[in-house]
Amino acid sequence: MRVEVLGGGPAGLYAALLLKQIHPEWSLTVHERNPRDATYGWGVVFSDRTLTGLREADFRTYDEITGSFVLWEAINADIHGTLLRCEGHAFAGIGRRHLLNILQDRCEELGVALRFEIEVDPAGVTDADLLIAADGVNSRTRSLYEPAFGPSVTMGRARYIWFGVDKTYDSFTFIFKENEHGLHQVHAYPFNGTTSTFIVECDEAVWLSAGLDQADEAASLAYCEALFAEHLAGSRLMSNRSAWLSFPTLTTRRWSHDSVVILGDAAHTAHFSIGSGTKLALEDAIALAQAFEQTIETGPALRRFELSRRPRVEATQRAAEESRRYFEELRRYRHFEPRQFMFHLLTRSGRITYDNLRQRDPRFVDETDLWFRSAHDPRSRSSVVAPPPLHTPLVLGGAVIPNRAVMAPEPSLTAVDGLASRETLDELRQIASGSAGIVMLDHVAVAPDGRVSPVDIGLYDRRHAEVLSSLVTDIDDDSGARLLLSLAHAGRRGSTRPRSDGVDRSLRTGGWPLISASALPYAPGGPVPRAMTDVDMDRVREQFAGAARLALEAGVGVLQIDMSRGYLLASFISPLTNRRDDVHNGSLENRLRFPLSVLDAVRAVWPDDRPLAVALTASDQARGGARLSDAVAVVGALRDHGCDLITVHSGQTVYADRPNYDFDTAAHHSDIIRNEARIPTLTTAFITTTNPANTLLAGGRCDLCLLRGPHPPAPSPRAGRREDRA
Amino acid sequence: MRIGVGLPSTIKQVSGSTVLDWARFADDGPLGSVGVLDQLRYDSLDPLATLAAAAAVTTRLRLATTVVIGPLRNTPLLAKEAASIDQLSGGRLTLGLALGARRDDYETAGVDYAHRGQRLTEQLVALRDIWEDHAIGPRPIQPRGPELIVGGSDDSAFARVARYADGYMHGGGPPRAFASAVSKARAAWVDAGRPGEPQLWGMAYFALGERQAAEGRDYLLDYYAFTGPFAERIAGALLTTPQSIVQFARAYAEAGCHHLVLFPTSADIDQLHRLTETIATKPPVPPREGGQGGSGRAR
Repeated sequence: MRVEVLGGGPAGLYAALLLKQIHPEWSLTVHERNPRDATYGWGVVFSDRTLTGLREADFRTYDEITGSFVLWEAINADIHGTLLRCEGHAFAGIGRRHLLNILQDRCEELGVALRFEIEVDPAGVTDADLLIAADGVNSRTRSLYEPAFGPSVTMGRARYIWFGVDKTYDSFTFIFKENEHGLHQVHAYPFNGTTSTFIVECDEAVWLSAGLDQADEAASLAYCEALFAEHLAGSRLMSNRSAWLSFPTLTTRRWSHDSVVILGDAAHTAHFSIGSGTKLALEDAIALAQAFEQTIETGPALRRFELSRRPRVEATQRAAEESRRYFEELRRYRHFEPRQFMFHLLTRSGRITYDNLRQRDPRFVDETDLWFRSAHDPRSRSSVVAPPPLHTPLVLGGAVIPNRAVMAPEPSLTAVDGLASRETLDELRQIASGSAGIVMLDHVAVAPDGRVSPVDIGLYDRRHAEVLSSLVTDIDDDSGARLLLSLAHAGRRGSTRPRSDGVDRSLRTGGWPLISASALPYAPGGPVPRAMTDVDMDRVREQFAGAARLALEAGVGVLQIDMSRGYLLASFISPLTNRRDDVHNGSLENRLRFPLSVLDAVRAVWPDDRPLAVALTASDQARGGARLSDAVAVVGALRDHGCDLITVHSGQTVYADRPNYDFDTAAHHSDIIRNEARIPTLTTAFITTTNPANTLLAGGRCDLCLLRGPHPPAPSPRAGRREDRA
Repeated sequence: MRIGVGLPSTIKQVSGSTVLDWARFADDGPLGSVGVLDQLRYDSLDPLATLAAAAAVTTRLRLATTVVIGPLRNTPLLAKEAASIDQLSGGRLTLGLALGARRDDYETAGVDYAHRGQRLTEQLVALRDIWEDHAIGPRPIQPRGPELIVGGSDDSAFARVARYADGYMHGGGPPRAFASAVSKARAAWVDAGRPGEPQLWGMAYFALGERQAAEGRDYLLDYYAFTGPFAERIAGALLTTPQSIVQFARAYAEAGCHHLVLFPTSADIDQLHRLTETIATKPPVPPREGGQGGSGRAR
């Protein structure tokens, strides 16, 4: 069998030596266009020092590589001069040139032919039984068979440049530094006893403002040395054909075509900030060799390789994408205090959680807890321990919420004429006697025709307020929890059967006429609503204000206006559901006109010292619908009109949406709204345990979490740590 | 969690009497349900016809399609067929529907492949309407019609579960994959404002005995040949020892599964004997009170 390898980087060399070791009779040749000792870039980092299978694959190289590793366990951050450190992470670094030398030597020892300074045209390789293309991110082989491999490249929006520095870090070090042009960050890590890699990154606007698009290698180096002079303290940056780049994220639909296979950067890239590129390349080579250990038939072996390898690579690429986006959008978090900034940084990819960090560095998490409490609890006394963020009070619109857990009863199926049943009230009391900070009653209709179904709870009659009032008294007697009442008008989603029977199914009998921004039915074939007139708007506004007055009389702690999920107020905001031709359509200002007037009317009734929330759709999740950036603009207006909290939902604006139930997406929505519009958020990401809640809270991605049942029975003592519930 | 067994109706050239022997024996054992699969092009028995026959020779088992490729079938006819099986079985039918994965099944049936998702959505709405309104008889025994579960692995599938169905049918895979799908199914359920929780169904293949394991892998490579290299992964996950079945079932139970259906890869009824023995001697989870594990849907 004759195997030609294009590219003498880690992937190509390692694949060649492993295959030669398994099949000594094979003829293997590696072609590299650069000279033997040429290498660009400085050190490579392994975010996790265990390279799966490296030891089993070839002990000799494993021994030499890991013997040359520089190991460290800490992540340091220099955040505008504040130094923070988190231990317990596992990193390894090695000089790129040293790594290549180890692999080259082992190749030659095993009898792999190495050819340097030869540019091989893959189209000319016709007589090989197997062509391994490890020819890098700009792979000529991949381009040659582009339709078969199906590559797709996304260019990063940030600019970065690789330097070396004659300084030895004892950690993976991030530096965040601002000058008159904006924010810059550095990713630095050691790779031998004297030198470290030093990558400087900034967004495009900063890069242009600083004139770096015009700067040559020397000028770029001088700029960075001056900017980080204080940090460098006399150490010098070193350049090696260093230039400003945008990071290309490459994915490919297939990794093999006939007898050609692409490996490493030729097949996929992962943003440098999670340090996985070389690790992926080496592990690709191992997987390829393993496939050829089980069968020497090229087709099945290549299929087996891709099948076993792809899920792992894709998982790493997803984490790398999260990380890339994070660094591109870092400006959003400039207002964070260093401790929260650091926590957000460590948990950015979604792979590391609060509980992971507690295992790795308990002191770091204890300090984070202490900081979180001192930042949020006005009554906190100094002590050596603080409860986790979930159990820390929140000051919201003049009220103190005892903790960050929001819990809600099962949706009502038993209300009669809007009057909550004993069943629902008992469940609310039970939740409040546990340890919720807020007990949420979602979907309280402001009018009979504002109900979704006839079994919904309402607040449009004095009897409703009386029931609520006794509920509030019970809760107050029992715990410090606040009752959050969410006022809603179902709009065109009203007049449906109870949701035990499925969603958005119109009532067969006893239905009522519907209203909406425009005369468009929600479900196909469903009842067509009437487009609201000015008179309708005045009435509905007064219904919301009236419900707010009743809620106030009943002693409700937090009031919410529902502008989400395709209900009446939401129907004005989304361009998909608002097709009016009056002052309520067109610009965002126009589409918000009515919802804002409702907010104003309720705020006028609702006292300033009681929080007023709005439930909002972060993204319609439908083509042509409102997006996250629109939601951020809406939230800005809501905040200016006295809204204290945003409950973040997504989807349901239209019947035929493309919903997304991904936890990370929901968390991202909350993060963006909270930190772009600078307003507290309640996330509805699906959370059933304390760990994701603490992770989001400590990282400043939300302020309250909706915890989903089954609700824990634990009426635990109010003092002390309560980590074990939910 | 209740454990059920798949009927060997998709083993090539299986005899009808063998399939019914499986159903009879399963009805006597500790199992909670029998399941059937669906591929039009593959040499196999029709799933609904198989359950109709199984209804006649069983008295207590839940009869589940796990799943039927809904869009291939005319909706009113499917509604009538399902309601009939529900009648014939005394209310024991669970109708699982999904899109299926074979494009050539759609071409053979003359059904548009591109709009299959929309077609399934409309079908789910229509089925419930027909059963509840008795627009087309017979009247099913279960008041709102057969328990309806939906399969699939993308977010639209979870949305269909939450909006129209009573539960979710997972397509097979390691417990961690099941747990992650379940978490999304539940997220979709609460997002849609549904009370209670979705019924969660899982499935896996088993072959007990060394020779049977080898044959079982061959069967799976053949049955899933249309998936390309993915067939190897399915075959690789075959449960081949009592211990692996018990461990797998425990992990599914911990992930919240209500019904786990174990499918044979051979029609030899000895496989069923060995499975029931495994479950009887080492119950992966204590049987739940109240028995049949049928519809736990909130009302």
